[in-house]
Amino acid sequence: MIDVKHLSKSFGKNLVLDDISEHINPGEKVVIIGPSGSGKSTFLRCLNLLETPTAGTITFDGTEITDPKCDIDKIRQQMGMVFQHFNLFPNMTIRRNITLAPVRTKLMSPAEADAEAEKLLERVGLMDKIDAYPAQLSGGQKQRIAIVRALAMKPKLMLFDEPTSALDPEMVGEVLDVMKELAHEGMTMVVVTHEMGFAREVGSRVLFMDGGHILEQNEPHEFFAHPKEQRTIDFLSKVL
Amino acid sequence: MDPTALYESFKALEDPGFWQEAYMKFYNAWFYEDRWVTYFQGLLTTVEVTVIALILGVILGVVVATIRTAHDQQRLGRRNPVLGVVNLFCKIYVTVIRGTPMMVQLMIMGFVIFKSSRNFTMVGALSLGINSGAYVAEIIRGGLMSLDPGQSEAGRSLGLGYLDTMRFIVIPQAFKAILPSLGNEFITLLKDTSLISVIAGKEIVYFAKSIVTKTYEAMYPYVITAIMYLILVLIFSWLQGKLERRLRQSDRR
Repeated sequence: MIDVKHLSKSFGKNLVLDDISEHINPGEKVVIIGPSGSGKSTFLRCLNLLETPTAGTITFDGTEITDPKCDIDKIRQQMGMVFQHFNLFPNMTIRRNITLAPVRTKLMSPAEADAEAEKLLERVGLMDKIDAYPAQLSGGQKQRIAIVRALAMKPKLMLFDEPTSALDPEMVGEVLDVMKELAHEGMTMVVVTHEMGFAREVGSRVLFMDGGHILEQNEPHEFFAHPKEQRTIDFLSKVL
Repeated sequence: MDPTALYESFKALEDPGFWQEAYMKFYNAWFYEDRWVTYFQGLLTTVEVTVIALILGVILGVVVATIRTAHDQQRLGRRNPVLGVVNLFCKIYVTVIRGTPMMVQLMIMGFVIFKSSRNFTMVGALSLGINSGAYVAEIIRGGLMSLDPGQSEAGRSLGLGYLDTMRFIVIPQAFKAILPSLGNEFITLLKDTSLISVIAGKEIVYFAKSIVTKTYEAMYPYVITAIMYLILVLIFSWLQGKLERRLRQSDRR
């Protein structure tokens, strides 16, 4: 589904991603872990070109999205993204937060988008908040709405950038539950997270990044039980 | 009592007291030959010039800010060369206007560029508008830049285009943020209209000056001028405060 070849990204002289090649298949739940500054968020943000790669190519469903002639808006409509800080639009109601993109991109009529928003909100148990503003919601509720907002575009792939890192501990569960449900429905997911329990339970593959490289990857049970690289062992001993 | 009769009775006094003297000076600055009418003529011009300059300044400011922001937010490797050239002109415009005094700009406009024009008031309005545009552009650009980049990233990640993201997400939020500085700029503009008297624009200061040259008495005409400006600014601040409160309500529903 996504094919990354020789991807590099530097900010000024700072090389954040160093020649990464990776392939993500449909239906996979790829969990990326690693110390801060390892480039995992940058890698994720390159996948939908929120960061422009310095070198290398990214292909999504046969389209080379790093080509300057590629219409990136069309590609992004098929890739949902959830941010650490939710990034809901504070000037709009929840309903409008969810329906704005499907309606403006002509994916749905306003009535269809409304019905879709209600259906999705019902699923995450936030139907009563549909006419509220983001400022009236808790962090966990905001993040569930942010997931719904991305899902309303009916994406083929969901990118999660540390979706629970900014939440109070007691709100982490409700967001992870929504993500687990999504995983069980077969959504292709790429998740940057520090939630090792989630990685173990939901991930079909775990990537460990450090210093701009993917140092090690494996199926989660094997990865956590028998890490191979010394750097991975050090990291896991600190977080587990 | 009729002001003129009162003036006459004071004038007849051999040795008028302090308050009687003060009244006679005020009479000369305000009532004599219906001079108060000219202040209001000037006030009308001031409001007129402010409105014209404001509209011009906002249009110029929005255009320049849009060009500058669009230029700065281009994706790497997809730079538009035309935008680069236009952006350079906008940068020069902002630099020159902000780097030179308002009064010098007025004099250059009035005595050099529009040397043969007799419509001093319009030349003044034009200069003020051009001046204000540069400041408004920087205020708007600052507002657009200060918004959390996550907001436009969220919009773009949903597949919305640059223009839709600006229109629905960035601009409505930026507008609320820049309103206080914009109001400040408009108050400055309103007061700067007093400068157009140097190129013979007929606003309040122009008439106050002409009264001073007739009466040789400076205090009352200039204090009256100051009070008129103050009242205009107070009215404007009040309107601005009302608008701000209304916009803020949406944050705490």
